Amino acid sequence: MSALRDIPCLLCVLAALTGCDKGPATPPTLSWYVFDEPSGAFAQAARRCGEASEGRYDIELKPLPADADQQREQLVRRLAAGDDDIDLIGMDVIWTAEFARAGWILPWPEPLAEHARAGRIPSTVDSASDGGRLWAAPFTTNTQLLWYRTDRVPAPPRTWDEMIDQAERLSQSIGKGASIQAQGERYEGLMVFFVSLLASAGGAVLDADTEQPSLAPEPTRTALRILRRLANSPAADPALATAREDQTRLAFESGEASYMLNYTYVWPSANANAPEIAKHMGWARWPAVSPERPSRVTIGGINLGVGADSRHPELAFEAAACISGIDNQRIAATRGGLPPTLEALYDAPAVRDTFPFADLLRATLRDAVQRPRTPLYNDVSLAITRILHPLAEVDPERGPARLRAAVERALRSEGLL
Amino acid sequence: MSKATGPPDRRAGTNLGTHLGTRAEERLAWLLCMPAVLAMLLVTAYPILYALWLSLFRYDLRFPDERVFVGLANYASVLTSEVWWQAVLNTLIITVGSVSLELILGMLLALVMHRVLFLRRTLRASVLIPYAIITVVAALAWKFAFDPVTGFVNPWLGLDRAWLGERWSAFLVIILTEVWKTTPFMALLLLAGLTLVPKDLLDAARVDGANAWQRFFRVTLPVMRPALLVALLFRTLDAVRIFDTVFVQTRGAQDTETLSIVGYHTLVTRLNLGLGSAVSVLIFLVVLAIAILFVRGFGLRLSRGGQT
Repeated sequence: MSALRDIPCLLCVLAALTGCDKGPATPPTLSWYVFDEPSGAFAQAARRCGEASEGRYDIELKPLPADADQQREQLVRRLAAGDDDIDLIGMDVIWTAEFARAGWILPWPEPLAEHARAGRIPSTVDSASDGGRLWAAPFTTNTQLLWYRTDRVPAPPRTWDEMIDQAERLSQSIGKGASIQAQGERYEGLMVFFVSLLASAGGAVLDADTEQPSLAPEPTRTALRILRRLANSPAADPALATAREDQTRLAFESGEASYMLNYTYVWPSANANAPEIAKHMGWARWPAVSPERPSRVTIGGINLGVGADSRHPELAFEAAACISGIDNQRIAATRGGLPPTLEALYDAPAVRDTFPFADLLRATLRDAVQRPRTPLYNDVSLAITRILHPLAEVDPERGPARLRAAVERALRSEGLL
Repeated sequence: MSKATGPPDRRAGTNLGTHLGTRAEERLAWLLCMPAVLAMLLVTAYPILYALWLSLFRYDLRFPDERVFVGLANYASVLTSEVWWQAVLNTLIITVGSVSLELILGMLLALVMHRVLFLRRTLRASVLIPYAIITVVAALAWKFAFDPVTGFVNPWLGLDRAWLGERWSAFLVIILTEVWKTTPFMALLLLAGLTLVPKDLLDAARVDGANAWQRFFRVTLPVMRPALLVALLFRTLDAVRIFDTVFVQTRGAQDTETLSIVGYHTLVTRLNLGLGSAVSVLIFLVVLAIAILFVRGFGLRLSRGGQT
């Protein structure tokens, strides 16, 4: 008899286990895969949006490595295997075409997409679009500026040749401290450098339809000539061939450099680590190739996509819209130092305090250039950096043809890279 | 064997017709081996054959619908690529560098361990410690040691260089890590070989007036040749497939890409299953060729009778 009495209780337990319980259901937890942002701004955004949903969803951060290549490596394995735990993805701008055409992320449905585009700097919307559709909500953005020492450089150079001339003259008078810091290691940063230089010279890596290489001879030769001149100039750092963003930042903070091409994070970093140097730190637009044509600089940043196998796509879109909203962008900017994609925030006092160069940043972003929009971007980037490294041995005459052949092979996914 | 386990009638059969008996025993032996053979086929033969099959396609994991049969085109593409041959050269540099150093150091260690009179066990156990450390941890430890900011190597040597930032110094660090990690393994295998050398043989040589060098090169080395070849074979195969140390320390930058790293990039980073499988199959063939070279070329025998 006692066994019979236990049956209702057992059913209770079963119901709880299987989720048939009629009581208050626990809200679904959305997983947000994004790089491990050190300041906690992303965690704060996740918490705020979970609270604002009034119990309809929670957001859990799934931290990825800081390095974009390693983030992609971990994500693509899961995405290709159809992992349904991936609800939200903090996507590097270069993944948009690949993830979209592989069917790993969902396109934004129209009313939501319209909202996600509203008020954003057009180039940031562009970085999240492919084939006329929006695939991710523009969240944070970034681009390089020219940083220079106001105590050594009277007026910032407008073009690359002008900068190298200035630095060479400077190196004759002050020696080591005159160097130009740029990213010359064989990695994505070198691709960013090349794309900016090529676009500033009026060229592009791919044709308009992104199926064939463009790399027109004239601008490509000009870009390669500047790369070669920089690498062989006494004004270049001897460690240019192994320099990444962080090495160049450290060199500048130690006072060994007078010019640096780098992202905006160097400003808070210098203020914290080398206040003496920060006092003499000026900023200007990335140098142009010719005085008539303003420079076009590569855009970076993180956009929020929704995984195609997500169990809660509607909630995920809602959460992505919330995270990329104005309040969370402001937090990401002021707390994490990540430039916003919303144009209006560049006039907000708190953001202008963080980025005293806000107007320059916005102007640069308006003219920004996208990296090649192809699902084979990773291959194209590897193919190009392999040919360009080391910069000192770049051949402006034979280079354009070699680059075109390598990109062609990469677009057919042939050959090792 | 059958005396102990078989039923009486079978024992009688074995005793009567030996020919028949061995055949039955053979069948029994195969039957007993079957589960193991099946398991081996399942976990090794199937993946190898599947990789072979995949290597004949143009197949990108991002676009599974665009899979096309391309025959041997992937192999042609790999073998005509400068990336592949550069990786072959790099792997060769690391293999020759690390295995030869390990052989010398391992032999010295083995001799010490063989001769030592006290604390024998403690010594043998402590020598094994580096081998017990996970390769990734060891690689990270060496990476940090040689790091220009956090490392202790630069202050010790009074230098200021980025060891992993240049090709040859990066090779040096990789090789040293490998040597530090696997010399104990080499030393243990060689120690096993040293114990094979009969003491009276050495005594006889001594009586004949052979000095220590002659005894070592003319008596000890030839007798322990099988153990030496096994040790060399194992280490060479390991070194050719090197992945974790390079991956942790340089990720293949500075032209230190090895064959396994090329395979990894193609398969995992580029998701190119066809080309990546072709690379994997070629690495398998390289390993197979080395094993055949050792067995046929140097007369290594892995079963009994290796000393003859």
